[in-house]
Amino acid sequence: MAPHFTTDAAEAVAGIADGSTVLIGGFGNAGQPMELVDALLQGGAEHLTVVNNNAGQADEGLALLIKERRVERIICSFPRQADSWHFDAAYRAGEIALEVVPQGNLAERLRAAGAGIGAFFTPTGYGTELAEGKETRTIDGRGYVLEYPIHGDVALIKAHRADAKGNLVYRKTARNFGPVMAAAATHTIAQVSELVAAGELDPENVVTPGIYVDTVLALAPAATPVSQQKDQA
Amino acid sequence: MNRTDTPLSKPELAALVAADIAPGSFVNLGIGQPTLVADHLTPEQDVTLHTENGMLGMGPAARGDEVDPELINAGKIPVTELAGAAYFHHADSFAMMRGGHLDVCVLGAFQVSAGGDLANWSTGAPGAIPAVGGAMDLAIGAKETWVMMSLFTKDGASKLVETLSYPATGLGCVKRVYTESGVFLIGPEGVRVRSAHGIDADELRRRVPVPLTIEA
Repeated sequence: MAPHFTTDAAEAVAGIADGSTVLIGGFGNAGQPMELVDALLQGGAEHLTVVNNNAGQADEGLALLIKERRVERIICSFPRQADSWHFDAAYRAGEIALEVVPQGNLAERLRAAGAGIGAFFTPTGYGTELAEGKETRTIDGRGYVLEYPIHGDVALIKAHRADAKGNLVYRKTARNFGPVMAAAATHTIAQVSELVAAGELDPENVVTPGIYVDTVLALAPAATPVSQQKDQA
Repeated sequence: MNRTDTPLSKPELAALVAADIAPGSFVNLGIGQPTLVADHLTPEQDVTLHTENGMLGMGPAARGDEVDPELINAGKIPVTELAGAAYFHHADSFAMMRGGHLDVCVLGAFQVSAGGDLANWSTGAPGAIPAVGGAMDLAIGAKETWVMMSLFTKDGASKLVETLSYPATGLGCVKRVYTESGVFLIGPEGVRVRSAHGIDADELRRRVPVPLTIEA
């Protein structure tokens, strides 16, 4: 089914229910779907589990969701930053649960979810406190830790361009978690800077095929009206 | 053994690491002191830099008009791309690392043990918020992991230790330790001192609490 296209961020995130697991793309500011996260903030969803590389920065987006105590649990690799004061306060108050995951394990657990993998053995983290309590195995003399996939109810990602089939291309290091999160979530919402007609993206260069994309938020005026895009699809 | 009478400055140490990187290598430079190594790589070395947020062929820090918020390094600093650069997603980036495709990873450290265990992600201080980032993946991923650090703490304690007292980042993963006072090679036979700078063999043996092989 072709994705739903909208230019209204509030409409794009309207279906996110209380208690959802929300995968949020981005590494630093690159690839952060700021408009979608702001819309989630304006909407009322709470009791969320959020998966992101970090735990919010400064007084924006995810940091404000945490400030409002709408995030019950966060799964990330690097929560502690100079400007992560809202997370720090929530954590020290015991009002947010934290699961710290090595960054590559985070990416691979998301990839595994999208790829239908039940679990995998990784050498990353073996022998460290982040592997405590986890199943381990020695394979060809090397120690590995069993890690499970991370499935999302919703993914919020940022891409550069989408076509009328929901195929996505990204820009530079803003790609980061977008492709694996798109595949790992039941419902993927991509905000894009540009919407083009089917056929205008070189199929050889598509990074995230539209099969993984359910809703596209077009932030810049589309080259052709959104309604026409839907007709073409 | 190579010796100098004074400790190496940070630029000298970075230059030494850079000179040891084989031509044509794929290299990841960790945040902090290892970043300085990039300044000393020569075009003739044709080294390709990897940044774990999804790029091979990373260029120097961006200046002025070059700054693009969608082109940053792992330290979230705006950088540039070199001709022949490639972008990829996070799972590919860490597969590249975990899969042993990178030749060298240079990291900072709190401690390294005689067996090559690395501690660089957490001081284990009570109440500290844990944050690991890519440290554990970087520690064990490349064909060789090298550490750049000061040999001694501010209190004068050796950071090259028999057993880690800080939480481990990875076990048995460090092959070389570059410090201002000496370069240490870690192998199956133990720790060999490749060079010493501003410190003699007796003082090294006295202050570094691990068996050292020091050739004349």
